[in-house]
Parts: sequence; C-alpha cells; structure tokens
Amino acid sequence: MITFESVTKRYPGGTVAVDALDLEVPDGRTMVLVGPSGCGKTTSLRMINRLIEPSEGRILLDGRDISQTEASELRRGIGYVIQQTGLFPHRTIVDNIATVPLLKGWPKAKARDRARELMDLVGLDPAMARRYPYQLSGGQQQRVGVARALAADPPVLLMDEPFSAVDPIVRATLQDELIRLQAELRKTVVLVTHDVEEAIKVGDQVAVFYPNGKIAQIDTPQRLLGDPADDYVENFLGFDRGIRRLAFFPADGLDLQAGIVLGDGTTVEQARRAAKQAGESWVLLTDAGRLPRGWAALSDLESRDGREMLAQMPLAPYGHTFRVGKDSLRAALDATVLSRTGLAVGVDDQGRVVGVTSYERLRAAIQAAEEAADGQGARPS
Amino acid sequence: MSWAWDNRALLAQDTGSHLYLALMPILFGIIVSIPVGVLCVRFRWTWPPILSLTSVFYAMPSLALYLVLIDYTGLTDWTVIIPLTLFSLSVLIPNVVAGLRSVPQPVRQAATAMGFGTLRQVVQVELPLAVPVIIAGLRVATVSSISLVSVGQLIGIGGLGYFFTDGEQRDFPTEIYVALVLIVILAFLADGLLVLLRRWLTPWERARDTRATRRALSATVRGSRAEGVS
Repeated sequence: MITFESVTKRYPGGTVAVDALDLEVPDGRTMVLVGPSGCGKTTSLRMINRLIEPSEGRILLDGRDISQTEASELRRGIGYVIQQTGLFPHRTIVDNIATVPLLKGWPKAKARDRARELMDLVGLDPAMARRYPYQLSGGQQQRVGVARALAADPPVLLMDEPFSAVDPIVRATLQDELIRLQAELRKTVVLVTHDVEEAIKVGDQVAVFYPNGKIAQIDTPQRLLGDPADDYVENFLGFDRGIRRLAFFPADGLDLQAGIVLGDGTTVEQARRAAKQAGESWVLLTDAGRLPRGWAALSDLESRDGREMLAQMPLAPYGHTFRVGKDSLRAALDATVLSRTGLAVGVDDQGRVVGVTSYERLRAAIQAAEEAADGQGARPS
Repeated sequence: MSWAWDNRALLAQDTGSHLYLALMPILFGIIVSIPVGVLCVRFRWTWPPILSLTSVFYAMPSLALYLVLIDYTGLTDWTVIIPLTLFSLSVLIPNVVAGLRSVPQPVRQAATAMGFGTLRQVVQVELPLAVPVIIAGLRVATVSSISLVSVGQLIGIGGLGYFFTDGEQRDFPTEIYVALVLIVILAFLADGLLVLLRRWLTPWERARDTRATRRALSATVRGSRAEGVS
C-alpha cells in the first residue's frame, strides 16, 4: 500500500507542483494519475521512488515513511518504466533486463536466467536476448522496459506515460498486455498518463488532477464516467462518457430475443409466423451448427410462396456480432448501431447464435445496470 | 635512405623515447581528466572555472613552460611530460564533460531510478556511453602530443626532434625528412589504434558508426583548434 499524507511539492520561486495531496493506492491494484501537462501527476509519481523529494507531508510504503529508507535501496524495490524507455544503449536486452537483480548482487547466470523468464512473460522473442536496444522497434523496447522493471519482482511498479511514444495500434496491444500481466502478477501499480481513455482502460482506480496540483476526483473508472465530481472532470472525460461507461456493464444482462433465430429447415410460412409473433420485421437464419447466415426481411417473406424454404431467400449480411459472456453493453450497442436491421446478433464463445438484441432491449439492460450500480452506494465525498 | 638504414639503432631508440614522451602525458591526462570531468558534470559550478583553467593551459606556449620548469625538474623527461600533460588536459577535460553530457537524460534518470549508486552509475552507465566522445578527444590529444614532443628538442629532450636540429645544424635535410615521416607514421598508427579501441569498447555503436562519429566530432570543437596548432 502506498499512502500520500498531505504531500506538497513547492519549487524555489514558489511554483507549487503538487498541493497537499492525499492518496491511497491499495496493494495489488492499478492507480492511474491522469491530468493535463503540468498538473503534478509525474511529480507525484517521482516522489514515490524519491527521484523528487516532497517539500511537505510524507509518503508511506506499507506504513513505513520512505524517507527513512536509503534512496537506492528503496528504488531497487520499486519498478520504474518511462516513456522514452531509458534502456541502456550499451547493454544487450538480456543485460538491460538483468540490471536490478545484478545491482542486488545476484550471480550473473541467475540474473540472466531470470531476465530470459521475463522476456517470455512480456512476449519477447528469446532470439532478441543478445541484441542491443537500438535494434528493436519502439513497442519491443517498451516491453523490455517493462521486463526490466519487473526483473527483481518488486511489489510496486511505477509507470510514467509508458505507452505514449508508440503508435495507437501498438499502444492498444501494450495496454492489453499490461492488463493481462497485472491480472497474473497483482503488483501495486501507479501509472501516469494524459490519455483519459488509457486511464479508464487500465485503471482499477483513476485520480483526475486539476491543472494546479490538486486532485479533482479519485474513483473507479465506472463511477468516474457515471458520476463526475464537477464540470472540470466531466469535460476532461470527454463528450461520450455515457457510451464509454457501458464498457463496464457485461452484455449478459441483456434479455435476448431467440424467437426469430431460425434454422435452415424453416419454411417461409414458419418464418412469417415467427416474425409476427415476435413483433419484429426481420428474422435471422442460422446454419445447422447455429452459426449466423443472414437476415431475411418480413416484407420479402410476405411476397413469397409460404412453402419455399427460408434458406432460398436473399439474405442481408448479419454484420458485427457480440459475445454474450465476454463483451460489454458497449459492444452490443455498437453492433446494433452498425447493423442495418437495428438488431444485433449475440453469440457464444464458439460463435453460435444465442439470440438477438434491439435498441429497446439494450435500453432496458442499461437501465437495469445503472440501477444496480447506483445501488452500490454513492461516491464517497 | 641508406642514411636511415645506417642509423637504424639511433632512430629506433629515439622513436622509443619519442613515443614515451608523447604517450606518458596522454596517460596522465586520462587519469586526471576522467575524475575532473565527472566532477564538472556532477557539480555544475566547478565547470566554468575549470574550463577557464584548461583554456589557460591551452594558450600557454610550451617552450616558455619548459624553460620555467627547468628550474624545478632540471633537464629530465618531466620537463617535457608536464607541459604536454597540461596541454592534453585542455583537450581531454572538455571532451570528458561533453561525453558525459551526451548521455541521454532518460537513460540517466532510469539508472538512478533502478537504484544505481552515484559511483556505480558513473562507472557502469555514464562513462561507457561517453566513450565515443572521449576517444574523439583522445585522438586529437594523442596526435598533437606526438607532434609537440619535438619542440622539447629546444631544451635537448625531444625524441625524434633531435634529427630536426641536428639536420639543420649539419645542413643535412635527409635527416629532417626521415624524422618527419616517422613522426607522421607514429601519429597515424596511434590514431588508427584509438579508432580500433573505440570499436572494441562500443560494440553497440557498430551499426550506426557514422552517426556516432559525426556526433563525436561535433563535440570536439576544441579538438579542431588543437590540430591547427600541431
């Protein structure tokens, strides 16, 4: 657990970078500090490993004042990842990763074995072990940076804009990797970013900073999106926070319509009856394995001979599907918006159709989810 | 040429002493400039006065220094080695400083944050990364030193410089040319060895050698001045 007790950083000349900050980062969770540049988020981060010393207040690590631990001793127990990677250009990848174990006095062979384990953990090809950092791509270098920070298995990991320097696709991959690693390793992570999307994606908790070194709100991403503390936070989150919040509600809360999902032995007559009974103007045809094939319109069905087979009809593409057990209401809504029928297909993990959703069904599910979330109690003030 | 062959023993002996007189100052220069350069980077306020001091060393006419030193060190090798050491410092210290400053800030910060102690960080991270710039300075200092030793002949200690004065007095230019060629060969060899040394010390620079060299050369502003003198 990391605890900030009214920590202030004042620079000569009177600039206050961090103003009476109180913050608690529970063990094994990811706390994201987010805010505009110059808001004090990086200063706060660097005070945790004493790259910057606070002017007032104190920081506790598991209840111990960090100023009582010798700085380099403290730092060897805290992983540190920065945007520019800060890899040592003169050391091979394996030796870069082995840095902290070697500083801690491990034998060289053991430190290198550990480094190779970490290369595997962060998804680096073992063939890269003997290369130098400049021979790697930006994304690979950042993986090395993460591996280096984790090498001595520190309980705490500090990350300063770790993914800001790579392109959006690599960034998304690295964020996913961080979430995967964190699920496995359960480190106490403090991550600084100016990207609110990133904060919401990777954070268990998000601390939003005002531009003046004070905190506007600390909350779970879901609550932040649902109940911003003030206009500043609301503006900072961006205009579509309502939709983004749906990412935190699982799609299995949807009451799916299965009556208009029809197998390939269905006749046109049967399909017409199913559509009318459900009150929908489309039916979904599936194959024998219940994989979706496409939509047939009720208007088309009515102009046909009832004895024809549904499978002979012209079909509209079924478009994007969402996975009922895995995806969120946001994915279900997105699939619905993109669908030309206004209906979206929910599938199981094998891609078999479970049922379809409509805007009405989404609205009911969202309302239910909101009520459940509100039931968890209001934001602590 | 037959003169050179006939006098090969003397030439060899003077080449040896020439190298000794030229390289001892470089050795002392390295020993002094690295800690001083580290100091100048750690404690920034020490840099301006030390830079001024190295400029004084640089401006000082070596002949005057020889004459002053004779009173203290007599007609020994030290009378030549000390001024040349000071001269090498005027090239080496600024290069050590430039080299250490060329270490990227994120690398330095990452090293601190990993938990390197001050001394360890200098030895294991900053100095290795400063090697290309330091060796660029070393090349200039070494070539200058090899050339400047012959000035010591004015007080009788000048390695191959002996053949310059001797050739002049005896009106025998062959001697002068042979010594001159030998000095140039020594300078080339020393320079080539330093290039090899840099390659050996900086395997990570190999693929971008051209870029590193350009960076190193631009850091050697004082170096180009030194070449003009020699």
